[in-house]
Amino acid sequence: MQDLIWLLPTYPVLGFFVLVLTAGRLPKNIVAIIGAGSVGLSFFTAVIIATQFLSSGENYFIKEVWTWMAVGNFSPGFNFYLDGLSLVMMLVITGVGFLIHLYATGYMADDPSYSRFFSYMNLFVAAMLMLVLGDNLVVLYLGWEGVGLCSYLLIGFWYINPDNGYAARKAFVVTRVGDTAMALGLFLLFTELDTLNIQDMLYAAESEWEVGNDLAVAAALLLLGGAVGKSAQLPLQTWLPDAMAGPTPISALIHAATMVTAGVYLIARTHILFELAPSVQELVGWVGLITLLMAGFIALTQSDIKRILAFSTMSQIGYMFLALGVGAWSAGIFHLMTHAFFKALLFLASGTVILSLHHEQNIFKMGALRQKLPVSFFSFLIGSLALTAFPYTSGYFSKDEILIAAHGLEGPGIIFFYGGVLGAFLTGIYTFRLFFIVFFGDSNAAHPPEKEYGGWNMNGPLILLMILSLVGGFIAVPLDPVFGHHEEHHVSGLLHGFMIAVPLVGIAISFLFFYTKTFSVEKLMSNTFAQTLHKFWNNGWGFDWLYDRFIVFPFLWLARINRADIVDGFYTLIVEISRTANVMIVKTQTGYLRWYALSIAAGLLLLITIGVLL
Amino acid sequence: MILVWLIGVLFLGGIIAWLSERLNPNYPRLIALITVLLDLVLMLTLLGAEPAIGGWVAAIDAPWIPRFSISFYLAADGLSVLLLLLTAFLGVIAIGSAWDEIKVRAGFFYFNLLWTLAGVLGVFTALDLFLFFFFWEVMLIPMYFIIAIWGHENKNYAAMKFFIFTQVTGMLMLVSILMLAYFHYLQNGFVSFNYHDLLTVETRGPLEMWIMLGFFIAFTTKLPSVPFHSWLPDAHSQAPTAGSVILAGILLKTGAYGLIRFAVPLFPEASKSFAPFAMTLAAISILYCAKVAFAQTDIKRLIAYTSVSHMGFVTLGVYAWNEQALQGAIMTMLAHGISAAALFMLAGGLQHRIHTRNMLDMGGFWAKVPRMAVVVLFFSIAALGMPGLGNFIGEFLALLGAFRANIPLTVISAFGLIFASVYSLWVIQKVFHGEYTNSEFDDSHLTDLTHREMVYYATMIIGLIWMGMYPQSFLALSQPVLLDLISSTEEIVNIVVQN
Amino acid sequence: MESIPVEHGLILAAILFSIGLIGVLTRRNIVFVLMSLEIMLNAGGLAFIVGASRWGHAEGQIMFLMILTLAAAEVAVGLGLIIQMFRRYKTVDINVLSEMKG
Repeated sequence: MQDLIWLLPTYPVLGFFVLVLTAGRLPKNIVAIIGAGSVGLSFFTAVIIATQFLSSGENYFIKEVWTWMAVGNFSPGFNFYLDGLSLVMMLVITGVGFLIHLYATGYMADDPSYSRFFSYMNLFVAAMLMLVLGDNLVVLYLGWEGVGLCSYLLIGFWYINPDNGYAARKAFVVTRVGDTAMALGLFLLFTELDTLNIQDMLYAAESEWEVGNDLAVAAALLLLGGAVGKSAQLPLQTWLPDAMAGPTPISALIHAATMVTAGVYLIARTHILFELAPSVQELVGWVGLITLLMAGFIALTQSDIKRILAFSTMSQIGYMFLALGVGAWSAGIFHLMTHAFFKALLFLASGTVILSLHHEQNIFKMGALRQKLPVSFFSFLIGSLALTAFPYTSGYFSKDEILIAAHGLEGPGIIFFYGGVLGAFLTGIYTFRLFFIVFFGDSNAAHPPEKEYGGWNMNGPLILLMILSLVGGFIAVPLDPVFGHHEEHHVSGLLHGFMIAVPLVGIAISFLFFYTKTFSVEKLMSNTFAQTLHKFWNNGWGFDWLYDRFIVFPFLWLARINRADIVDGFYTLIVEISRTANVMIVKTQTGYLRWYALSIAAGLLLLITIGVLL
Repeated sequence: MILVWLIGVLFLGGIIAWLSERLNPNYPRLIALITVLLDLVLMLTLLGAEPAIGGWVAAIDAPWIPRFSISFYLAADGLSVLLLLLTAFLGVIAIGSAWDEIKVRAGFFYFNLLWTLAGVLGVFTALDLFLFFFFWEVMLIPMYFIIAIWGHENKNYAAMKFFIFTQVTGMLMLVSILMLAYFHYLQNGFVSFNYHDLLTVETRGPLEMWIMLGFFIAFTTKLPSVPFHSWLPDAHSQAPTAGSVILAGILLKTGAYGLIRFAVPLFPEASKSFAPFAMTLAAISILYCAKVAFAQTDIKRLIAYTSVSHMGFVTLGVYAWNEQALQGAIMTMLAHGISAAALFMLAGGLQHRIHTRNMLDMGGFWAKVPRMAVVVLFFSIAALGMPGLGNFIGEFLALLGAFRANIPLTVISAFGLIFASVYSLWVIQKVFHGEYTNSEFDDSHLTDLTHREMVYYATMIIGLIWMGMYPQSFLALSQPVLLDLISSTEEIVNIVVQN
Repeated sequence: MESIPVEHGLILAAILFSIGLIGVLTRRNIVFVLMSLEIMLNAGGLAFIVGASRWGHAEGQIMFLMILTLAAAEVAVGLGLIIQMFRRYKTVDINVLSEMKG
């Protein structure tokens, strides 16, 4: 049965081809069955494979399918590699992916491009599975680019609005910057180690490079470049908020649960390389920390429900990077999984809210939705609690592990720890700010909802995700064989209490500001400093402005001034010179016979003179 | 003998097609199609042929001008066979794209088309340098007529430019060939234009560099590479669709083939010292032309500049001169041949429908012509190097190999991957996304792709997916040839180093 | 018989040639141009004769006969052209015939 692992991406690929080839001629319910069913089949297969794998007691399993290309000593194959890490990823992708597909069958029901939507979604799942199951970096890169493409296609799904197209292109190009760094990393690794098979490569790296080797540092840095691009971390984070232009299930699937965590997967997968380059590993932690704080501050100021969730995603992936940076590989992946549950839940619930309010995304035009939208309310409640690491929800366990591991690290660990706690504090504030504004207070909606949108296919996934968000923390992930068993870190009970209390304080502050209105936001915002800060954060710390000024505009300017291609000017110059010469010489061609005779005579005279003189 | 048939059938078919126009104006295209299909079938027999010593699957060597020991020497190995197949395949596609477009003087058009193809086949198989030069010219002149007669608004300028660029640099190559033959005379007492004889000529010293440059300039003009590229955008924007297909899909590849077969093996030492310059030119081509492409508003000019940019990867791969890089160069040639041809056909189809190439006038076509949109999307993402499609294999291998040869230039060239995504997606955005507008043109003929067109595109799509998912079937053909070339040049360079 | 010095003959030929050349260059009437051309031809002929008598060869005289026939043919064609020109342009001014200018 494990041999059938190749079926996992095959089902969605088949779904993709069927949907593309029928080109929207199928009725919607058939499309839904093919689209969601193919991923469901994948999930079903994945579960069977997972139980078999776990019961077999093996640490890994390889299935070779075919040699992709064999050029000299470079011979990557379309091979599948299953171990604890890819097992977790595979289950998250197919499981959460299936729930989101199911939800989307309801969410997109009124869209005329229903079939196109599901074909992209299926292709995405297939690419994502290739990414996590490939046994070499080239197949991983195939999946990596494939998910990027699907992300592009789905962000720009509603293509009529040029802003969506812009957001899609921005997402693709910005991540491509990272991808190119990663490709260079692949070239470097292959040139030095003669293989791109992940396990062989890591083995070779371990045996050939000592810790801190320059080449290992360079390779790890380049891979990190790819990871920050895909995972929307500093400095390539600017595309993620704009990516919210896509349909909400996309935001849940691609921009929260799976694709954006690919960077985390990549680093975890090649963690041996990062251990050989401790400076880069520390950098991973710093990137995570700065991103998680920055995104937290931005989320405080946003008013679009999906953008708040997007920044929160960015922030949570920051935690994962932080975990990787401190060497808590399992904790990072664990947080990846729990985050997939509760963030998918939040996004899908926000989708229901948005649809129920006739495509309203501004939280200040919502309010008092608690009774009107009960499913969304409970989804948001549970999702928000998990997000803020409320004790015994799924997010609590994973975040706890990360922070404790950070605390156990020497050197920058203490900064990572307190930074992470500060981040958790911010998370508490912005999450419940959203929660209280949307579900309590007075209704500010332009079109108050009559009833909650959605049938069983939308509410079912929400309920399942609610359960997962609540109890997902108790799932034991089989990661020890992959990363080795790490020593357990412990913190004192007092410190642990502090860690638990901080997000609760955040929630309390939100409560006082946005529920009881004991404190007034207007008062807080009355001075210019606060307003400037608000504007600065609201614009994402000015990164877009910076990139526009220093990269985009110069590029556009260069393109504009050289539209006619200056090299062609050189050849045109040759043409012009001969044309001018022609005009000048033509003047001697007067047509007067006597003029010609004179020039012949003069020429003759000249020749004779020269002859005589010489 | 089969090689003579391959070329002869095309020459003959061209003449018959021309003459048949008097009987019925629809005959020429039919005859052309049958001729090229016949050629394709003949070529398939080459795939099954048992290679002789040196890897030649077919060869013919007959005296032509014995006074100067010029012979009619054609031979094909795996590399040639790959390119022959590409030529015939795109030949069929080109005829298909001209099927409805060419109404005026159709007989003469197909005559020129077939003769160009015949010239290209000759170029890919000639192993006598004089013969090679002969075919080099044969493919040029009919192409000139195709642009000059059936082109668009500025056709004479474009045709002339194309002709002068290729002719002048072709002359440089002729001088180099003659000098090489002369050196052979000095060293062996008789003149020879035979490829194998000339491989043994020792042209050391500064002259070697100059003779090599004669070849290099001729080939990089055809390829083209910065700074000899500026004929291409004009030629492409003015040529009829079939002309663009042939030009982008096949003619450009003769330049790359020349570099691999002649420029480097004949002058291994000069090439080695010249490689950094060539790779610099390649990197400049990749980045500069990608940037210029982005600025274009004429969709055909844009695609033309992207061609130059992609061909930069070929130059990069060739001058890195190791197995991965060379395989990458060849895969890029094949995959770009198909993807660029398809994009030019799509642009041509669009122009045929709405009579404009200006992208600023277009927008929102997705809703209007969804099938075309999907096909354009596919070839655009193929062009930007999406893994799983042929172009990725080519560019990835080329860069992978180049990384061993020259790290800084490879890093710079890799930025081309980013730029490629910028311009490719820009086309999609401008033409297909957004609100549909037709204020600038008459859209009464803006219809979606016909079934006949879909058949062409479908075969090309399958071809690219095949190349991307199982490139082994192509790599295996060229591999022995490349290994031979690499080892023989290395031997010479080593001997020189030892001396 | 005391022979005339070669120099004298050649100087005469040169003077005649110059007169003819100046005539060609300065006259606008095509009939005079033609006449000047005749003078130049005959100057050339004279030079041949002088040379032939100096070296005692017959070739110079042969050449002169050639020039005579050439001149005759030239006049015949030239006069024909002049008549054509006069018919078309009603003038014999050579500057009128300047349509071949670049």
